[in-house]
Amino acid sequence: MSGKFDIDRMAHLARLRLTDSEKVRLSEQMETIIEYIDHLDRLNTTKVEPTSHAIPLENVFREDEKKQNFPDLDPLSLAPAAKNRHFEVPKII
Amino acid sequence: MHRSTLTQAKEGLKKKQFSALELTEAVFKRIDQVEDNVKAFVHLTRESALYQAKEADRKIAAGEDAPLLGIPLALKDLICTKGARTTCSSRYLDKFVAPYDATVTERLKRAGAVIIGKTNMDEFAMGSSNENSWHHPTLNPWARDRVPGGSSGGSAAAVGANECMAALGSDTGGSIRQPASFCGITGLKPTYGRVSRFGLVAFASSLDQIGPMTKTVEDAALLMNVIGGKDPLDSTSAENALPDFTKALKGEIKGLKLGIPKEYFTSGIDPEVEQAVREAIKTLESLGMQTVEVSLPHTDYAVATYYILACAEASTNLSRYDGVRYGYRSEKSDNLLDMYLNTRSEGFGEEVKRRIILGTFVLSSGYYDAYYLKGQKARTLIKQDFEDAYKKCDLIVAPTCPAPAFKLGEKLDDPLQMYLADIYTISANLAGIPALSIPCGFTIDNLPIGLQLMGRHFDEETLLKVGHHFQQNTDFHRKFASL
Repeated sequence: MSGKFDIDRMAHLARLRLTDSEKVRLSEQMETIIEYIDHLDRLNTTKVEPTSHAIPLENVFREDEKKQNFPDLDPLSLAPAAKNRHFEVPKII
Repeated sequence: MHRSTLTQAKEGLKKKQFSALELTEAVFKRIDQVEDNVKAFVHLTRESALYQAKEADRKIAAGEDAPLLGIPLALKDLICTKGARTTCSSRYLDKFVAPYDATVTERLKRAGAVIIGKTNMDEFAMGSSNENSWHHPTLNPWARDRVPGGSSGGSAAAVGANECMAALGSDTGGSIRQPASFCGITGLKPTYGRVSRFGLVAFASSLDQIGPMTKTVEDAALLMNVIGGKDPLDSTSAENALPDFTKALKGEIKGLKLGIPKEYFTSGIDPEVEQAVREAIKTLESLGMQTVEVSLPHTDYAVATYYILACAEASTNLSRYDGVRYGYRSEKSDNLLDMYLNTRSEGFGEEVKRRIILGTFVLSSGYYDAYYLKGQKARTLIKQDFEDAYKKCDLIVAPTCPAPAFKLGEKLDDPLQMYLADIYTISANLAGIPALSIPCGFTIDNLPIGLQLMGRHFDEETLLKVGHHFQQNTDFHRKFASL
């Protein structure tokens, strides 16, 4: 990586609000960590396939059946705020 | 009674030396006596445990049998338990009561187990010391000024302090094996896919695996028989038939080839740890095993690869915590974006934020190929290292950790040093292979040292068999921390 770590952009993408002191500390730590992980550059991977999963997996299709998995559960009962059988959130725009 | 292994407790119940209620009460009495010095638990489920114990006694009296009938067990607090809190040691989930049981919880309950409580952990399983818990740090039963390891530090400390017969943990980069090593107990990370992850709060889904944390290898085999096997609710759980792991313990180990990876015995390993591991290898040789040097040439790249991939997966997995459907919500927000920002910033601790930021970075436009894709390619090479090594040997032996338990606070301000402590455990997760940690010695300061055995995909049997033979011929696992 070249240049300073863009902490504001990353915090925005990750939907995190950081304090000024958190920004300073995390930026410094990120630079140290990224400097360390940059040693992967030494590895020649031009002909190497990426691995996303250690065990081979094949897609398996099944019928899309309607089931009552949690008959006793009212999902809204876990919500921080709910109104008229809907999740309630602050105004969007 | 609280000192019994799971197998001994089963035997005692069968011979009617004590009832399940007496056993459970003895465990709670032990917890009342020592918990202030360990702080292994986040919450206890005393009332339901006593009810389950009475139910077990009723079933025993009626002549019923089940593999764990009446046995008190603890669960890491990221395994869902219906009707009980599952906090992940995070402020975000502090009030979360799981509406369903994880598959492993359901299987334990069906096998008759008594669930006594939920154990502490690093928040969202991110950490190697339990200092990242929102609740409190857990203390090492062998030395109160030292960490129990992490992230399953609460489970390891609870077993090490005899506060339960056994526990379950989860392992993404060493989170079962490293605390098992630090607390002088046995811990198995099964092959990826061997145990269902349904109801396990996700950290890095291509690496996470639930496994047993026990006093002996024999107990780990027993638990694996109960929790392992295909689950229709987890599409990544493997179809492979589940062997009888208890039966596998009795098999012959003479002639098995033990691979010693030269990259794991370089500078950076504590001399006392190296000596104990080399002694353990001699013990295994004396039991008829052959040793052969193997090479895992990409070991040096494992930590970097792991932190790229695990953080990338974590940053997407944790995007679900938006304050809308369950968990924490910040009260002071005027609009939706503010609500997301405030909720996540107040709900997550610093290490979780650090990993989300790193994961977001390696996945972000302009950096994806250089980091995430590069990491996935490095993962291929690390996996191939093991495939090549297993052409020469049946299993691989190594230390679990480069050093014994470190002091509380020692690595807290230096995240990279904390990450580097996982050097020996991370590769097994990247390769998806099973790995076992068993006690193999103590330092001069009486801190436990762990031996790690790594096997081929779906060959937990060989690991457990070799580990069991080692424990039949050594006493390290029989020592107790004085509390």
